[in-house]
Amino acid sequence: MTPDPLLSSSLVADRLRLSPAGAWTAAHAHALEQLIDAAAPQAAHAKAISIDMAGVEELDTLGAWLLERLLRSSNLSAPNAQFIGLPSHYRGLIDEIHQVNLHKPPPPAKPNRLLAAVDGVGRATTQLGTDAVAFLDMCGQIGVAVARIFMHPRRFRLTSAVYHLFRVGWQAVPIMVLITFLIGAIIAQQGIFHFRKFGADTYVVDMVGILVLREIGVLIVSIMSAGRSGSAYTAELGSMKMREEIDALRTMGFDPVEILILPRVVALVCALPILAFLGSMAALYGGGLVAWLYGGMSPATFIARLREAISVTHFEVGMIKAPFMALAIGIVACSEGLKVKGSAESLGLQTTTSVVKSIFLVIVLDGVFAIFFASIGM
Amino acid sequence: MIEARDLVVGFGDQIVLDHLSIELRRGEILGVVGASGSGKSVLLRTLIGLVPQRQGTIAFTGLGRDGAATPNESAIARRRGILFQQGALFSSLTVRQNIQFPMRENLSLSDRLLEELATAKLEMVGLNARDGDKLPSEISGGMTKRAALARALALDPDVVFLDEPTSGLDPISAEDFDVLIRTLQQTLGLTVFMVTHDLDSLHTVCDRIAVLADGKVVADGPMTAMLASEHPWVKSYFRGKRSRAFATAPN
Repeated sequence: MTPDPLLSSSLVADRLRLSPAGAWTAAHAHALEQLIDAAAPQAAHAKAISIDMAGVEELDTLGAWLLERLLRSSNLSAPNAQFIGLPSHYRGLIDEIHQVNLHKPPPPAKPNRLLAAVDGVGRATTQLGTDAVAFLDMCGQIGVAVARIFMHPRRFRLTSAVYHLFRVGWQAVPIMVLITFLIGAIIAQQGIFHFRKFGADTYVVDMVGILVLREIGVLIVSIMSAGRSGSAYTAELGSMKMREEIDALRTMGFDPVEILILPRVVALVCALPILAFLGSMAALYGGGLVAWLYGGMSPATFIARLREAISVTHFEVGMIKAPFMALAIGIVACSEGLKVKGSAESLGLQTTTSVVKSIFLVIVLDGVFAIFFASIGM
Repeated sequence: MIEARDLVVGFGDQIVLDHLSIELRRGEILGVVGASGSGKSVLLRTLIGLVPQRQGTIAFTGLGRDGAATPNESAIARRRGILFQQGALFSSLTVRQNIQFPMRENLSLSDRLLEELATAKLEMVGLNARDGDKLPSEISGGMTKRAALARALALDPDVVFLDEPTSGLDPISAEDFDVLIRTLQQTLGLTVFMVTHDLDSLHTVCDRIAVLADGKVVADGPMTAMLASEHPWVKSYFRGKRSRAFATAPN
């Protein structure tokens, strides 16, 4: 083990002579700081300081800096404050350390709490505006890209769109079906449990049918897609942005919206209605199964009752909503992806924002649709 | 200081290092050169333990100033600094926090001393205190290299591994960086293991050069030995068009 550091001092006629010994290295950082702090008051009153380095066995940047700091704290200049007996191999380090930390970095401005709170609110408010503009901007760019594709249909990236359809559509089927099946089953179970109290068991079928087809099927699938596919879009586009791939596309004269974003959004718009349909069917199946096993209602009765309870309108209401939800998710995911900056942290932040925002938008859209369909009597 | 014997490293069927032996002596700057894909970076990553070797031994001797006989892995990790090719600064921390990170984790320092040491390291690598408050994404390539070097030196290591320290720098910055490495090596008493392609670096800072080819060290010695070597790759590397200036310069 290396010898512990020591600092002995002798004060003769206001001339302080310090003799450090042992290992002045980072491994002993804590002890060194205490030694220096203990010597500081003496150094402050001395008329001259010399530090005798002959006893130092090891020295690194930390040890050298602490000694240098002690010298500087005395406000004495070279002939009165100096190192003596310095071994030649430490000369370079001491000289180097002598050059650093000469200008104090400006102390970080202390934020006023109240001002910071107001500042935060203000920034968040303007951020809302910028976000809305970014969303509209992305809508516009996608609109322009779509118009261009209509003029020159061959420019559409069909392969890419099919690949993304496979990822966000086909590969999502198992999890979507499983989740909606469970949700359907739970709704039916709860309905039976509570409706039974006033003998309205059969109305469970109405509730499950209408709720699933109009709301739950498409809503659950949209939220799941926002978490599963929207986040993937944001992360993909974000890392492409970080690695300057998007700039590379642009400089080659391609439109990233047309090449990267449009196929993704189109894939999502195609996939979501399909998933919503499959999800609704799975939820009805789950509801029927629970009604049969838990509520004792035979499948034949359930289907007959379902036929009376629902009309094709309910199904249409659900299906009409799906592509709009997909559009909202896709646009939010892609515009958040393009907002990613250089750091890994910003990628994480934008991915989170993308998911939160698209789920929020999906629910707001659902509310708007509910008002709309009620007012046109659907 | 570091002695690797009989190293075999491969990925799948591909053997990258084939019974390679190399030695790094205390206080020297060793430059490792070789064609792209000859395994220079793999050698560096093997020495620092990021890639496992299939065969062979790597012995660290006298690492840690107390010279313990068999230092353990974390003790070795504290006594070496690594400069990755792209800097590998943590992107969510400022430059200053990047430099403070190893100190904060390994040493018990007061906040004041942490700040002062970070500034000291920043200034030693030629950055100024204000650059410390920037994020890695906000600084230029040359500054990234310097900041990464400052982080590599944060714990005052005995040995530093540099992976292509001057790649991606303009000739003037590269020269400055070479001088910086030389200066720091002398002031801090470092041992440097440097993978490089830069003939200027090899010429100005390296004490010894090792040439990798076919998974082995085919030549090893100072610049003069390289210029005299008859190995075909070494010959074309050191006496090719791009290096003619050195071959003809009085050495």
